[in-house]
Amino acid sequence: MQAFTDLAFATLRLTTPIILAALAGLLSQQVGLINIALEGMMLAAAFAAVLGAFYAQHALVGVVAAVVTGMLVALVFAVFVLRFRANLIVAGLAANILALGGTGYLLQVLYQTRGAFAPPGLRGLGTVHIPGLSQIPILGPILDGHSPLVYVTWVLVILTSIFLNRTVTGLRVRAVGEQAEAATTVGIPARRLQYGMLLAAGGLCGLAGAQMSLGNLQLFVYNMTNGRGFMALAAVFFGQAQPWATTLGSVVFGFFDALQIRLQTTVGVPPQITQILPFLSIVVVLTWVSWRRYRARPVAA
Amino acid sequence: MAEAVPLVRMEEISKAFPGVLANDRITFEVADGEIHALVGENGAGKTTLMRILYGLERADAGRIYWSGRPVAIQSTEDAIHLGIGMVHQRFQLVPSLTAAESVTLGQEPRRGVFFDRARARAVVQELGARFGLAVNPGARIAELSVGEQQRVEILKLLYRQARLLVLDEPTTVLTPQEVAQLYEVLRRLVAEGRTVIFITHKLAEVLAASDRVTVLRRGCVVGTLPTREATGEGLARMIVGETMPAILARGGEPPGPPMLRLERVSAADDRGLPALVEITLEVRRGEILGIAGVEGNGQKELVEVATGVRRPTSGRFLLNGQDLTRADVAARRRAGLAVIPEDRYTEGLSLPMTIEDNLIATRYRALATRGVLRMVAVRAESAALMRRFDVRAPHPRVSARTLSGGNLQRVVVARELGGEPAALIAAHPTRGLDIAAARFVHQQLLEMRTRGGAVLLISADLDEIMALADRIGVLFAGRIVGELSAAAATREQLGLLMAGRSATA
Repeated sequence: MQAFTDLAFATLRLTTPIILAALAGLLSQQVGLINIALEGMMLAAAFAAVLGAFYAQHALVGVVAAVVTGMLVALVFAVFVLRFRANLIVAGLAANILALGGTGYLLQVLYQTRGAFAPPGLRGLGTVHIPGLSQIPILGPILDGHSPLVYVTWVLVILTSIFLNRTVTGLRVRAVGEQAEAATTVGIPARRLQYGMLLAAGGLCGLAGAQMSLGNLQLFVYNMTNGRGFMALAAVFFGQAQPWATTLGSVVFGFFDALQIRLQTTVGVPPQITQILPFLSIVVVLTWVSWRRYRARPVAA
Repeated sequence: MAEAVPLVRMEEISKAFPGVLANDRITFEVADGEIHALVGENGAGKTTLMRILYGLERADAGRIYWSGRPVAIQSTEDAIHLGIGMVHQRFQLVPSLTAAESVTLGQEPRRGVFFDRARARAVVQELGARFGLAVNPGARIAELSVGEQQRVEILKLLYRQARLLVLDEPTTVLTPQEVAQLYEVLRRLVAEGRTVIFITHKLAEVLAASDRVTVLRRGCVVGTLPTREATGEGLARMIVGETMPAILARGGEPPGPPMLRLERVSAADDRGLPALVEITLEVRRGEILGIAGVEGNGQKELVEVATGVRRPTSGRFLLNGQDLTRADVAARRRAGLAVIPEDRYTEGLSLPMTIEDNLIATRYRALATRGVLRMVAVRAESAALMRRFDVRAPHPRVSARTLSGGNLQRVVVARELGGEPAALIAAHPTRGLDIAAARFVHQQLLEMRTRGGAVLLISADLDEIMALADRIGVLFAGRIVGELSAAAATREQLGLLMAGRSATA
């Protein structure tokens, strides 16, 4: 029982950055842009979160720094893609490589370290205890005592769903992503919405980065996102850029991430092998999903 | 109606595209509250003229008056602001949105930041009831039939207060029942104070649904007349032209044995409706068989069935006695069939590729050794073809895109006829070409005939058919309704057949 609770608790924790990045990915997808720069935005933000929290001695400053950094990376990406018509994939790869190399470089130059950076006195986000919640059997210990960003994330899922399905701007966003030409012919400023959604994606990736470096552990590690941006992207494909379905995908992949860490610590399987697990789950799940969609396709007349 | 100020007057409108004069000093008037049909063959300039009116193209010269007032329409927004709306041939709809969302998109009813779904639905229901355009406002576009999607497009215009609605070939995608419903809608629109221009090339539609009709041909206005004074034959003649072109020298050799044969071929169109009904055709060696007819009567399907792109539902296709009904395009080409397709830009050529690549596209296997092209041979072959067919290009290895329409067609003709095929299917081979380029193509077809090739010429241009063909078949509603020898055929006879009346000959 304890093992199950621990696993569920870890799943919720590890799922959070994936959901945030997946929301970022789905907003990009909804304006017709496949955003593979999620990984880079998250990584740069995770680094900025540690710096902000360390120098200001306040976790909230770290979160703000992370969001701003994520949006800055997103802005550069957006300008290259939307203004200079750079290829989406190439620009995304560039952002990822730049974030990875840039944070590694700064670690080396500023702090003379190659791996982990955990300055003494770095304050994390801490945990939230909701009165009474921990008393509920089974669910209580799973849901209570997470970093505040975990709860914020689920609120953001709800807000994203409302935004896309109920607001005028959300309607326009969907129209732009699906048939940009149809949207422009009725006078919708497609370009502006694309900028807006990419910036929002940057902000969400900022939160994801902050959760990674200030939420679970209080440190930055070189390449600490380690493919979570791509897990998020896989979740977007799984959920066809719909908020709840995408979140479900994120939870599935987050679960396998939690499971693999657990296998490392309890069973003692070498991490090189267990780390394959979440990605293997992506391959299996996405294959199953596309097979289902293939089967359900309308039969040609 | 004549004394009243027209709702729209387009005056002396000219518009040139590279190699083509799409609109040549066109003056076109639409009265307030009428249904005006704009007819002509593809490439006659109808769509260009309407795109200018809707702000999608800028005219090189000419003026536009709206209710007598000169206006400058620089963009679609200007046109919409005046009260002009256009339904394009390809609908501009988002499949996953509901009908209510689609109609109001861009000018959505709001409650704060939220989309006011209830009001959007009410608007669609109310407009639908008023104009006879019933659509379920909650249904998604992807679930709607094409006819319903068209209604959504019309509702979009009405929601934006359009006074003048331009429908670009609205019936081509519709079933006959939907066409009848559309006529009903057009009448309701006019009854509610709207004005309609619809573009078509089908005479029956003009006669059934319009108040007045304007005919365009090769970028010029042939005439405007009240529909009740128009007849199918008269319109057909106006569309395809009255003037005889210069007589081309035809060889005197009598045609030889049969080469190309279609036997009781039936086929369905993209919607699954019958497009060809039991067609039997035979083209002999040294003969050009012309297929005349107003477009949309099965020409497209006939070409596709003959070239092997579309499977017939029944019947046989034979080339030189060999049954190729089930053969694909490549096998037919190997058997000696060549094709000049209808659309040289999308079917005839690959525009991003070089002229050289385009020229060898049907013969690269012969120019390769173990899968590797022999470039020296490729260069020599393409250079020879360019010389022989007088393709004028700065260099053989520039992208085909850089050529004019006439030179592009020379590339197609060079590739197709360079190998001296036994049979040729030529679909509208001179559409959109200037006179010199058209004459070149005509000469090539006649040369092919002289050296004993069989040519099936499908064309909407009656002049072309009469000048080139030895025999003329008329296609109407998917059937060959008559076959005449070119020497005996008269324009009147052909016009009657094209309009679906049986010839009295």
